Amino acid sequence: MPFDPNNIMADRITDIGPPKYDSFWPPIVKDNYGKWKYHEILEPGVLVHVSETGAELYSVRVGAARLITVDLIRDICDIADKYCGGYLRWTTRNNVEFLVSDKSKLQPLLDDLRSRGNWFPIGGTGNSITNIVHTQGWAHCHTPAIDASGPVKAVMDDLFEYFGSHKLPAQVRIALACCLNMCGAVHCSDIAILGVHRKPPFIEHERVQNVCEIPLVIASCPTAAIKPKKVGELKSIEINNARCMFCGNCYTMCPALPLANRDGDGIALWVGGKVSNVTSAPMFSKLAVPFIPNEPPRWPTTVKTIRKMVEAYAAGARRYERMGEWINRIGWERFFEKTGIEFSHEHIDDYRLAMTTWRTTTQFKF
Amino acid sequence: MALKHATPMLDELEKGPWPSFVTDMKRIAARKPMCEDWLGLMEMSYRDMEGHWKHGGIVGVFGYGGGVIGRYCDRPDLFPGVAHFHTVRVNQPASKFYNTEILRRICALWEEKGSGVTNMHGSTGDIILLGTTTDQLEPLFYELTHDLGMDLGGSGSNMRTPEGCLGKARCEWSCLDTQDIIYDITMQYQDALHRPMFPYKFKFKCSGCACDCVAAIARADCSIIGTWRDNIQIDQEAVRAYVGGEFAVHGGAGGEGKRALDMTTEVLERCPTRCMEWDGKNLKIWDEDCTRCMHCIRVMPRALKPGKDTGATVLVGAKAPILEGAQLSSVVIPFLKMEPPYEEFHEFVEKMWDWWMENGKNRERLGELIQRLGLREFLKACELTPDPRMVNTPRYNPYIFYDPETVPGGWEHDAKAYRERHQA
Repeated sequence: MPFDPNNIMADRITDIGPPKYDSFWPPIVKDNYGKWKYHEILEPGVLVHVSETGAELYSVRVGAARLITVDLIRDICDIADKYCGGYLRWTTRNNVEFLVSDKSKLQPLLDDLRSRGNWFPIGGTGNSITNIVHTQGWAHCHTPAIDASGPVKAVMDDLFEYFGSHKLPAQVRIALACCLNMCGAVHCSDIAILGVHRKPPFIEHERVQNVCEIPLVIASCPTAAIKPKKVGELKSIEINNARCMFCGNCYTMCPALPLANRDGDGIALWVGGKVSNVTSAPMFSKLAVPFIPNEPPRWPTTVKTIRKMVEAYAAGARRYERMGEWINRIGWERFFEKTGIEFSHEHIDDYRLAMTTWRTTTQFKF
Repeated sequence: MALKHATPMLDELEKGPWPSFVTDMKRIAARKPMCEDWLGLMEMSYRDMEGHWKHGGIVGVFGYGGGVIGRYCDRPDLFPGVAHFHTVRVNQPASKFYNTEILRRICALWEEKGSGVTNMHGSTGDIILLGTTTDQLEPLFYELTHDLGMDLGGSGSNMRTPEGCLGKARCEWSCLDTQDIIYDITMQYQDALHRPMFPYKFKFKCSGCACDCVAAIARADCSIIGTWRDNIQIDQEAVRAYVGGEFAVHGGAGGEGKRALDMTTEVLERCPTRCMEWDGKNLKIWDEDCTRCMHCIRVMPRALKPGKDTGATVLVGAKAPILEGAQLSSVVIPFLKMEPPYEEFHEFVEKMWDWWMENGKNRERLGELIQRLGLREFLKACELTPDPRMVNTPRYNPYIFYDPETVPGGWEHDAKAYRERHQA
């Protein structure tokens, strides 16, 4: 029966969960599940997986914006219907993979994708710079210090040659989060673009008691910088600005504490993190540049600085070395020298456990 | 037809070789007033260099405490089309395989009941439907469950939508049935996914091997990572073929096609435990020294494979910085077979959640609670045995919280007897 707006409980279905994972597998995956023998990247963006049964599955990876409309999804469906028997998948980094089980359709698919302007760049495999994972930014979030989709577009335009090639020593994973909350979890990326605020919140005393739970606001501050305060007859709070490290957590709890500001907000760049356990253990990204102002629409300083880091890495790293492994080998003093990035007070940690990051040896390089 | 708002700054983002979200949005804005106003609001943000969305309100579907995030713009006077622009999170099929039929049906539903704008996908893994009004939520949910056989994902202090890598569906390295594990967790804990019962969010992620393609170790409160505890499988003939230049080294990731592998510099010297030897004919791996980092397997995918005694290493506590700083997950179960019906794993999860719900403060992630109360308390609550694999090094401070039960007489002193031995 159809939906009845006057009786929403009628015939209600809940807690069915997602469709079972094999509902949308192409037949070749069903037949070869767990039997894959090896894979090879035939050219940037084109993988073949070979099964023990001899079956071959070709995957063509194309970059896409994360923010996409149903029009583009329908275009993608048209392509998948034509060449892939209607089967495709998305990767964890917002790329689309067309799954081709009929080899004769591989080249026509590639030709078709290349004929469609800049909609479907092919690449993102092997030692490339693949798609940037990112957050919402000004497109849809209430706490951003920067936009997300715009800087991603500008950076990928500039690094485009690395998306469709395998010329780096290893893969470079770039991620963007538009505030410290990091719903994009960028803290273990080769290069992380992070939106930062630099002004403590201002307090709208006349709103605080109406829209905020004051004890929760006080508890939300990691540095205990917030105290209750009576302002005239109004119950409100005060903030010790010297202890604020601009995390924005109080604003999440209390909309009467805005901290976004066009002069205060901008980008910090981080470098040398990784997630995988390959060769070395996973690592956090470390601060490379403490602040770059917002420069919409194309964020030229951010774009240029990232290119400098990528080029220094490409020139200096050994085969298989990730960005962080390269830096650990040459030392941070050399990283700043080779990239020309200025080293400043902000680079020296002064938060909790800071001293675990200070140099406690005479071993360093001149 | 010209759009309602001029967007000179956004127009700059239509240039360049990477796909443009602006071009995509303009195309749909021609028939969707919501998207037309979204472009106007976005242009204003570019000009102001400040966002224009307010805190979420409490909206949702009846009986669920998550899956929908309320969103309102702060200039409805200028952009009424996006005055209400709520997010709906739809639980993706594990590892994001689709056919075009289901995608077209999602598109039709979202065209009719929302803006037509999506994220494919959100950071956690859900299909994100971006922009609808409160009155559309119940009809959308009805159609989603009845006609598409799909359901909402998590938000708020819920179990968040679990996600895994593509595993054995298209990868020769996966040591786990990642999709089955993710589906099992998702279905077993539907209540926790849809109804907030926790101090804060809780994420599960499952990767089939140590390459960790879903970044489980960096962002999941409970990270399940495939591994093995026997020997790497070696095809010596294929090893010789790599050295002889018959195959593409590293699966072609270096872009050089077929070339001779330099075994010493590319494999032996990059092995973190130096547990391999090569005599020009045969590769010897001292597996008892191997830490299963995957490097040699990645370099020679046609010659080496993970072992056969596969299972999972379970780690807990990863999170992004808010509140107490970023954490990686820490090993708490070095090896678990992880086979259906996953009873041992469920028991672990339930003990872990009980402890967290009992002791966690509001908005305290599991990793932060473990930091506050200690890994020992976590291990005790989950009935896990301490193991050197859980630490990088034993402690180097002498401030040990000895358990009174391990001391004769506990914490009690015999003060009188003491003073008989010692004058004050």
